[in-house]
Amino acid sequence: MDATCLSKDMADHGEVPHVLAVDDNLIDRKLVEKLLKNSSCKVTTAENGLRALEYLGLGDDQQNISNDNCSKINLIITDYCMPGMTGYELLKKIKESSMMREVPVVIMSSENIPTRINKCLEGGAQMFMLKPLKQSDVKKLRCQLMNVGS
Amino acid sequence: MDVVSQLQKQFVDYSTSLYREGFLDDQFVQLQKLQDESNPDFVVEVVSLFFEDSEKLINNLASALQQQIVDYKQVDAHVHQFKGSSSSIGAQRVKNACVAFRAHCDGRNLEGCMRCLQQVKFEYSLVKSKLETLFKLEQQILAAGGSIPVLA
Repeated sequence: MDATCLSKDMADHGEVPHVLAVDDNLIDRKLVEKLLKNSSCKVTTAENGLRALEYLGLGDDQQNISNDNCSKINLIITDYCMPGMTGYELLKKIKESSMMREVPVVIMSSENIPTRINKCLEGGAQMFMLKPLKQSDVKKLRCQLMNVGS
Repeated sequence: MDVVSQLQKQFVDYSTSLYREGFLDDQFVQLQKLQDESNPDFVVEVVSLFFEDSEKLINNLASALQQQIVDYKQVDAHVHQFKGSSSSIGAQRVKNACVAFRAHCDGRNLEGCMRCLQQVKFEYSLVKSKLETLFKLEQQILAAGGSIPVLA
């Protein structure tokens, strides 16, 4: 089975997509979590890129440690502007990983900057979304990603 | 008009005025749509988080602007956070005040920043008291056995 997407297979077997949501803003984390849960997703949140990578087992000190979380995540949604590691830098790290590179990454930002959007899409982001997110955005996201792959 | 209907009318009138006067925008409506039986206090929870977070940000901003050598990048980072959270809950006037604030950070204009901080504090305390009033009205409606009207 193609583990990279919120595929029909998953829905048919009653499995729920597991999304990793990364945002340094507490309110935004709570919102994105609720939006995703309302769209029947299981959600894990991380407050920055480093924590996200650690969760996925891709942290610097985790080179040879196998990690179960990796294979369970079907989608990563991350804010662009974060201190330390931006969403773009997180995207690149994920795309460099053989384990995680197929997982779709969606980038969110409150700023509508075309060069930023293009950079993210060229860097391998599946979608770019403007904040604040609404329920209709997340529904669209779920539909679009369910058409990827199988 | 019975008590519940009176309270409900008060609620509708008050809510409508908040949108009309620009204190709240569509994002607050979106927030209310997220609330459901599995999470009946969602809006209050998120708004409470916003209050806590905002108070910290205001303190951080005040202290950053009092430094001998002001780190405008740091000030801007705080304002960016504040702009983000106010935008996410629909606190439009606070968000707009943050937008103006960022322009002064870019310009490294201390006086402008100080004025903007006052403006942000002012807008924040206004929207805080309005939201608290709104929540109180909701409580009163529920206590009287009524349901909270949903604005279209």
